[in-house]
Amino acid sequence: MFTRGLKRKCVGHEEDMEGALAGLKTVSSYSLQRQSLLDMSLVKLQLCHMLVEPNLCRSVLIANTVRQIQEEMTQDGTWRSVTPQEAGRAPLDRLVSTEILCRSAWEQEGARPAPGLGDGHVQGPVSDLCPVTSAQAPRHPQSGIWELDSPREDRGGFHKSLDQIFETLETKNPGCMEELFSDVDSPYYDLDTVLTGMVGGARPGPCEGLEGLAPATPGPSSSCKSDLGELDHVVEILVET
Amino acid sequence: MKCFSRYLPYIFRPANTILSSSCHTEANVLPSGLLPSGQNKLGPWCSPTGSPAPLSCETGCGEGSWILVCRLLVPTQVSLLSMEEDIDTRKINNSFLRDHSYATEADIISTVEFNHTGELLATGDKGGRVVIFQREQESKNQIHRRGEYNVYSTFQSHEPEFDYLKSLEIEEKINKIRWLPQQNAAYFLLSTNDKTVKLWKVSERDKRPEGYNLKDEEGRLRDPATITTLRVPVLRPMDLMVEATPRRVFANAHTYHINSISVNSDYETYMSADDLRINLWNFEITNQSFNIVDIKPANMEELTEVITAAEFHPHHCNTFVYSSSKGTIRLCDMRASALCDRHTKFFEEPEDPSNRSFFSEIISSISDVKFSHSGRYIMTRDYLTVKVWDLNMENRPIETYQVHDYLRSKLCSLYENDCIFDKFECVWNGSDSVIMTGSYNNFFRMFDRNTKRDVTLEASRENSKPRAILKPRKVCVGGKRRKDEISVDSLDFSKKILHTAWHPSENIIAVAATNNLYIFQDKVN
Repeated sequence: MFTRGLKRKCVGHEEDMEGALAGLKTVSSYSLQRQSLLDMSLVKLQLCHMLVEPNLCRSVLIANTVRQIQEEMTQDGTWRSVTPQEAGRAPLDRLVSTEILCRSAWEQEGARPAPGLGDGHVQGPVSDLCPVTSAQAPRHPQSGIWELDSPREDRGGFHKSLDQIFETLETKNPGCMEELFSDVDSPYYDLDTVLTGMVGGARPGPCEGLEGLAPATPGPSSSCKSDLGELDHVVEILVET
Repeated sequence: MKCFSRYLPYIFRPANTILSSSCHTEANVLPSGLLPSGQNKLGPWCSPTGSPAPLSCETGCGEGSWILVCRLLVPTQVSLLSMEEDIDTRKINNSFLRDHSYATEADIISTVEFNHTGELLATGDKGGRVVIFQREQESKNQIHRRGEYNVYSTFQSHEPEFDYLKSLEIEEKINKIRWLPQQNAAYFLLSTNDKTVKLWKVSERDKRPEGYNLKDEEGRLRDPATITTLRVPVLRPMDLMVEATPRRVFANAHTYHINSISVNSDYETYMSADDLRINLWNFEITNQSFNIVDIKPANMEELTEVITAAEFHPHHCNTFVYSSSKGTIRLCDMRASALCDRHTKFFEEPEDPSNRSFFSEIISSISDVKFSHSGRYIMTRDYLTVKVWDLNMENRPIETYQVHDYLRSKLCSLYENDCIFDKFECVWNGSDSVIMTGSYNNFFRMFDRNTKRDVTLEASRENSKPRAILKPRKVCVGGKRRKDEISVDSLDFSKKILHTAWHPSENIIAVAATNNLYIFQDKVN
């Protein structure tokens, strides 16, 4: 009886989910790609701290790209601060300011550091997309390159790295670059590739969709949220069976 | 044009193209269409109204055949020493340079510029050196050597520095070289790295004084007690020596990296532009400069746009333009106010919403801006296109040319390997009828504005037999690849042509590919 009931429930949910999943597929792969672009940009901003004064034009362009992604994520509602103590802050503060991102590039210009932009902001984009990521990973071979090796139950792994990035910006110690990324095991964070500059062959797939799709409209986001809850439920069921 | 029609198959020129009967080598003949007002300091190539000159079809060589004249290597320190020993042969031509295949990073050419007559060609490299090439003189018995350039002078312009205050290195890489028009026997040029502009005087010395009283021939001082007679020193001929001396050093005026310098048409002032500011200098005054543009925000957190290039108008000494990382060009008039933060004209093309992506802003960033010789148009280069703007129309360019649109689908990868930030330059030909710019895989492109035809050529060692005709190249975008085509995925993104130059009056171009300088000319009899 338990099984029958479960089956019916399972089937019913599956039927409901498929339509939602199909809709989610394009949206979440776009989100993954967008997230990857955001991560890549943050790495670039950090790597621009070198012995020679970094190229300001490049830093500004990357920072603008990051800001654009953040703005879009804010519209989607996927950029949410997690920790309750940050709840009182004005929404604008959640956008990581360019100054923080490019501190290594600009602190010699005398820019004052923005007052205590907490870790919560950094956690935001990562942690919110994590449920989507871990749920989607087994279902989409096409986005295999984005698959994270372990389910992101402890989100500490990733956001800790981002925190370290900002610490590094302040301490100007490029030596800790290696240990910075040692916990991050996601394949698309191929530091070698980034550092040595991949040449030649195009790497299709991950980025094509990103460029082809227009920035997501706020439309799907509301259905996203409700679907996420159901998705979690489905995954739990699947795992159990 | 008899020289073209007689020789060699011209792959691009359609059979029905009508060419005039005079050749570009007869450049001294003034076309009858010019106004008699005597304002013709532009030479015979442009009418003062700025419309394409009647001779443009001769020099419009987007379709012509190009041959390699010579391939030059920037000499390293080793060959520099041997050059000094052989200084009297100034036939130090390319032969020994050509075969050297070692290339250090310091040899990477970072700027190329012809002087106003085209007789000299200057290159700057990452090691802070400037190498000047001089055109081989015409001689009747060596007519085939016309158009070759030989090393004329080499000097170390900038040295690496260390900014102790910020604990940062200041690169010695030469960002730009600009020649001053020649006013006497010496040549003057400006060269700049990230922080300091220098005025160099390059002069020839072919006589030296002999017969000093207090010094002997080796320069050793003589004991005055041993001198019994006095003589007058005389100038005697000596082996030709070319020496470069720094005449002015314009330092400490830029907080950010200098990206452009431009000599004003009054020949008394010039401007230097960095990421956020533009300064106006007088050549005679090195300890002061006027700040004429400042886009630094009060709060650096609000910085979203930087200056990427700037240039003075070729005739109006009060007018200049500067481009930005957001794809805009501002034209400013220095008569309006001391600080030209408010532009006189603002050029921007509305964004195409169908092409919008996260990379839209990056690829719209302008890497180079150049006035046409006529002063009527400006040309801008962004990552994928070259655009020609009419100064009288601000809302969109009059012409847009796709340089390598096949890269549009690869932008993410190009962002990842930083190629999307490459700054390509663009140049006009002498008559403003053809524009040229570089691409990847050592390709460079020419666009003929009149015929609307374009050609892709390659500057590479493989096809660089002297006098060989360049074969046009084609990139295949997808589907079936023809025999001579190269697919997008096979392009070498480490081989980029960022710097090119076009002779002011002839169809001779200089193309810098890493540490090689290629000189091509249009096929002449």
